[in-house]
Amino acid sequence: MMRFVIRRLLWMIPVLLLVSLVTFLLMHAAPGGPWDRDPGRRQVDPSTQEMLNKKFGLDKPVWRQFIGYTLGDWDYQSKFVCGAICGNLGPSYRQRGRTVQDILFSIPEGKPFWDSRFGYSIRLGLLAFAFAIVVGIPAGIAAALKQNTWIDYVSALIANIGVSVPGFVIGLYLIIIFAVWLKLVSVVPRSWSDLRVWIMPALVLGFGTMAFTARLTRSAMLEVMRQDYVRTARSKGLAEYVVIVGHMLKNAMIPVVTILGPALAGLVTGSFIIETMFGFPGIGREYIMAISNRDYSMILGTTLVFAVLITLANLSVDVTYAFLDPRIRLD
Amino acid sequence: MAVATRVQPNKAQLGDVMALQKPARSLWADAWYRLLRNRFAVVGMAIIGLFALVAAFASLLAPESPLKIHDGMGFLPPAWVKQSSTGKAGDARFLLGTDTIGRDVLSRVLYGARVSMLVGLTPVAIIVILGASIGLFSGYRGGRLDNLLMRLTDVVWAFPEMLLYIILMVTLRDAWIGRLMNGLFLLFVALAAVSWVGIARLVRGSVLSLKEKEFIEAARSIGISDVRIMLRHILPNTIGPIVVWVAFAVPRMIIAEATLGYLGLGLRPASDPRSFFITSWGVLMLEGNTSINAQPWILLAPSLCVGVIVLAFTFLGDGLRDALDPRMRGTQ
Repeated sequence: MMRFVIRRLLWMIPVLLLVSLVTFLLMHAAPGGPWDRDPGRRQVDPSTQEMLNKKFGLDKPVWRQFIGYTLGDWDYQSKFVCGAICGNLGPSYRQRGRTVQDILFSIPEGKPFWDSRFGYSIRLGLLAFAFAIVVGIPAGIAAALKQNTWIDYVSALIANIGVSVPGFVIGLYLIIIFAVWLKLVSVVPRSWSDLRVWIMPALVLGFGTMAFTARLTRSAMLEVMRQDYVRTARSKGLAEYVVIVGHMLKNAMIPVVTILGPALAGLVTGSFIIETMFGFPGIGREYIMAISNRDYSMILGTTLVFAVLITLANLSVDVTYAFLDPRIRLD
Repeated sequence: MAVATRVQPNKAQLGDVMALQKPARSLWADAWYRLLRNRFAVVGMAIIGLFALVAAFASLLAPESPLKIHDGMGFLPPAWVKQSSTGKAGDARFLLGTDTIGRDVLSRVLYGARVSMLVGLTPVAIIVILGASIGLFSGYRGGRLDNLLMRLTDVVWAFPEMLLYIILMVTLRDAWIGRLMNGLFLLFVALAAVSWVGIARLVRGSVLSLKEKEFIEAARSIGISDVRIMLRHILPNTIGPIVVWVAFAVPRMIIAEATLGYLGLGLRPASDPRSFFITSWGVLMLEGNTSINAQPWILLAPSLCVGVIVLAFTFLGDGLRDALDPRMRGTQ
């Protein structure tokens, strides 16, 4: 079991290397440099540019910059500066004076970790995930148990819409319905400490996952319901509740668990748009702002963070699957 | 040996003879009839056909030019609204109202269908040709080449799609490659870069299971070349899953385009009325985002279109899967 986990963990390394390599190369392929893209300021004169390049190590060949970014390198003062594996993601080109890891992970004085941008995003993601599971799985079970009744059709309809229509489109509709037409929720939230304000973004973020989970749970339950051991359990005289929870659920959950990892990953990528839509102060919104500002080091650093999150999410599903289904541990 | 003579069928054989007179229905025809029996799939196909027609004939169908600015008539609500939240009344000329500077929303949405349909179909065509060839070749040859390609696809597959799209569009947007076709070319390249892996693995899986069948062995034994076997014998049997994959890949492309447009990274809106790609649904959604209170229809119309067309493709894909799969399994 441990060997399985370790092997999967080792897979993360080439993936992350590829992600950082591709992003790094593309950033360097983009026309213009970090110093002269800001439209409002004067163009920096060449000698200052040279000095800035030297200070930030941008005058070195590209391959050396890449190694310096990921592992570490000696800067112009011959001091060793550690790279991404130490958590140093470089200075932000737009927000001068702050480093990328500072923007993403820093905590205001005296506040808990959850108040950093990263913490906010994680909280929202977990909330959306909880919504998806708490609503999706029971809905799927109910639809399977009461197949072809109105419960089944309604949840099938919602699930189909949730799976096909992209998340942010659903989010836009929900905003239009609740904020513009019904005027229940204000589009501009006053403060993020009030928990009620978190409901809309979490709902929107988790809706697609919820629909997918419901659909999958339903088909998994249907398949399990037809198995012989279920019939045996019933004929033994077990209460229906025991049959459902003790026998059917455990086996039906296996395929559901396998998609939860990619679903988590989907939540991460969905967060960009949802956070932008609601003005939520998380790393997704920082990412989008960095994109519109062409803040390349910020883009690169945040991409790496996202890539780590997504890869971990995909990995977690492999581990959970191996845990639940002993057959694949022998892989 | 008896010479074959004209034989009159007796009464018992008449039925058989008449049955033989009808032309045999091919397997594809069987699948097609099964597809037609699925009502959702038929509705889906009709919707897709409708959007395709709209995209092709947008210039004839749109009531106004999508670029024409009507001064002073910005933020008009749809024609059926007598008084919007901003106090304006709808005008029959602008069925869905106008946007911030007075352009007709309906016309812009109709023209936007062009980009979305094209974005759905073009990269998918390229991906299928590329990915299926790689999968076919890799699966059939096997050995170290196959191993290497599969490791490569593993790593590329793990790359988060949306991140790659965003990064590609951001960094190369102002380069020469990002200016071709108003930025559409770069979008196609971005979409194709990760998606080819899915079809390659799908085809490879199919090929692996087909490779060991007797009919392939028979073909090899009479000396048919590898290439001919791959193209003539294996490929037609893999088309079923490929078609289903396409039906689900097209909406993914449309959603990706809408998402990127919404983030400001998609098509560059053109101001030249002679260009073919004037706007896209993603761009329209971005424009409508800021006016969500004043005129929600700037946002609602394109997002409804995206939702409807994706639903249509989903129904079609489900129908295709049901129509093609049981048959494919039956023949083998």
